[in-house]
Amino acid sequence: MRALTFHGSHDVRVDTVPDPEIVNPRDAIIEVTSTAICGSDLHLYDGVIPAVQKGDILGHEFMGRVVDVGSGSTLKKGQRVVVPFTISCGQCFHCKIQQFSACDNSNPAEKQELTEPLFGHPVSGLFGYSHLTGGYPGGQAEYVRVPFSDVGPIVVPEGMEDDEVLFLSDILPTGWMAAENAEITAGDTVAVWGCGPVGLFAVQSARIMGAHQVIAIDHHPRRLELARQMGAKVIDYSQTHVLEALMEMTGGIGPDAVIDAVGMESHGFAPDNILDSVKQKVGMGADAPHALRMAIMACRKGGRISMPGVYGGFADKFPLGALMEKGLQLRTGQTHVQRYTHDLMRRIQEGEIDTTFMISHRLPLEEAPRGYHNFKENQNDWTKVVLKPGMAV
Amino acid sequence: MTYRTFEDDRAMHRARRDRRAPYPGGAALAAGIGLMLLGGLAAQRYAGRQQERRPADSAPGRTARQSRHGRYAVTGRSVTINKPRQEIYAFWRDFSNLARFMENVESVHEAGDLSRWTIAAPMGHAVEVVTRIVQDRPGEEIAWRSTEESDIDTEGKVMFRDAPEGRGTVVEAVIAYRPPMGELGRILAKMFQAEPGLQARRDLKRLKMLLETGEIATNRNRNDG
Repeated sequence: MRALTFHGSHDVRVDTVPDPEIVNPRDAIIEVTSTAICGSDLHLYDGVIPAVQKGDILGHEFMGRVVDVGSGSTLKKGQRVVVPFTISCGQCFHCKIQQFSACDNSNPAEKQELTEPLFGHPVSGLFGYSHLTGGYPGGQAEYVRVPFSDVGPIVVPEGMEDDEVLFLSDILPTGWMAAENAEITAGDTVAVWGCGPVGLFAVQSARIMGAHQVIAIDHHPRRLELARQMGAKVIDYSQTHVLEALMEMTGGIGPDAVIDAVGMESHGFAPDNILDSVKQKVGMGADAPHALRMAIMACRKGGRISMPGVYGGFADKFPLGALMEKGLQLRTGQTHVQRYTHDLMRRIQEGEIDTTFMISHRLPLEEAPRGYHNFKENQNDWTKVVLKPGMAV
Repeated sequence: MTYRTFEDDRAMHRARRDRRAPYPGGAALAAGIGLMLLGGLAAQRYAGRQQERRPADSAPGRTARQSRHGRYAVTGRSVTINKPRQEIYAFWRDFSNLARFMENVESVHEAGDLSRWTIAAPMGHAVEVVTRIVQDRPGEEIAWRSTEESDIDTEGKVMFRDAPEGRGTVVEAVIAYRPPMGELGRILAKMFQAEPGLQARRDLKRLKMLLETGEIATNRNRNDG
């Protein structure tokens, strides 16, 4: 089959690799019909996530048709399914309490030892996201082996298009959980850093959850416009002092909740961020949390910080004093996708959530490297890239 | 005799004083590596007790900063498995099941009250260990010890107890062994990822996967690869 593989920093290629097959009883094999490039894939592309090996198949947002099932799968050949990016067994302590991204059993035993020293505990398996999370072959391919296929995949109702439901695999539940972690109540102002796909879904979700106002922060005009379409007020940080503006837009109080939808590779010409990115380049520090620092400074006393943005290592110049002295709460984590998929599927069906507005490009799988390049370098116009293995080149 | 746990390593040491290391040199290395063998198994110990005159804390001895247990290396690991205690005990007590989750154990055959283990060692070698069960308390504990004919001098036990509030069962495996070539053998085995502590950790995770989910997680995309 053809698959997008990692060859090094800023070097991904579509290669021919062996087709996957059923290995464990609960496996299914999916023929991919749509798969997206995620903002977090750019962290892999930039080489800032450790334990990515040459030849690894990337991609964790995908859906398709079931073409083979193991004896323990509950899927049937021919069904269309969306596959959550988190691999979860459904039976361990964490899965039983719906902490699906903390699954004990989906990361192979020998791989768990990579994250234990780094994080204190092993983390769950994820598709196509380094050997820290299992080294599972990802979804930017013609076929994918899906473990625990009786737990993760959600069957797509008749009549729904791929583009409407594809983002149930990651970014929609991630944006939704980000808003849920902000614990929004009536009258709240929620500030969202980053108008990438997760930030945009966080904006939309926060509106649905009843936020009085949502303020979105970015510097790409096109992305800010999309946020505005979703009902946000916007701040362009390249022309406005963000902290001052947030205070003025909230009657001198500050946002009740802040959402960092940027993660470990913040942009911005600020001294802390320049130092962070230099350290990242020379391998001295993995995370550049400029947006998170600003979010903590902006948050009102006693407010909430929600952090869907991906981090992988250690941060310094972290405003721990502000966090403590203002009595803030911080909630974060890889998304517990399976917790949200059914509810969100219903909201899509009922037209409450718009999932297609951010898609700017649809490309054949063969053009995935061009998709990566532009999603990284032309962020204003390339807001979301969907790859279609079946599309003619 | 009564089965003795390793609360007192001096007692254990005395009991073994006359025995000689079964293998010298390179063969001993292979044996040491294969020794991971009893993989997930292990033996409770008590360590660091003499390092200072201060009251013992509540932590297991094997987590002590300094441990002394004569010529024996002692290691252990706990895992919580979301299954009833009797079920896990019964699974373990059928020693032929152990090769299903212990990576380097090729087979375990029971003959009377002895079990013969075949353990893979690097470069195509295999190590044979014969163990005798020295303690068997259904649902609670199984302990074993190697016999004279074994390639490796080892003993271990696995204990089962209820986790709080319906969270399943805590399985604690402890193993003591005499590393061929002493500390050097232990370090070499660790380099080959066959050191019993390392192996115990992985094997217990695989046991948890197998019992909770019915399979052992792998990122392999094909059966041949």
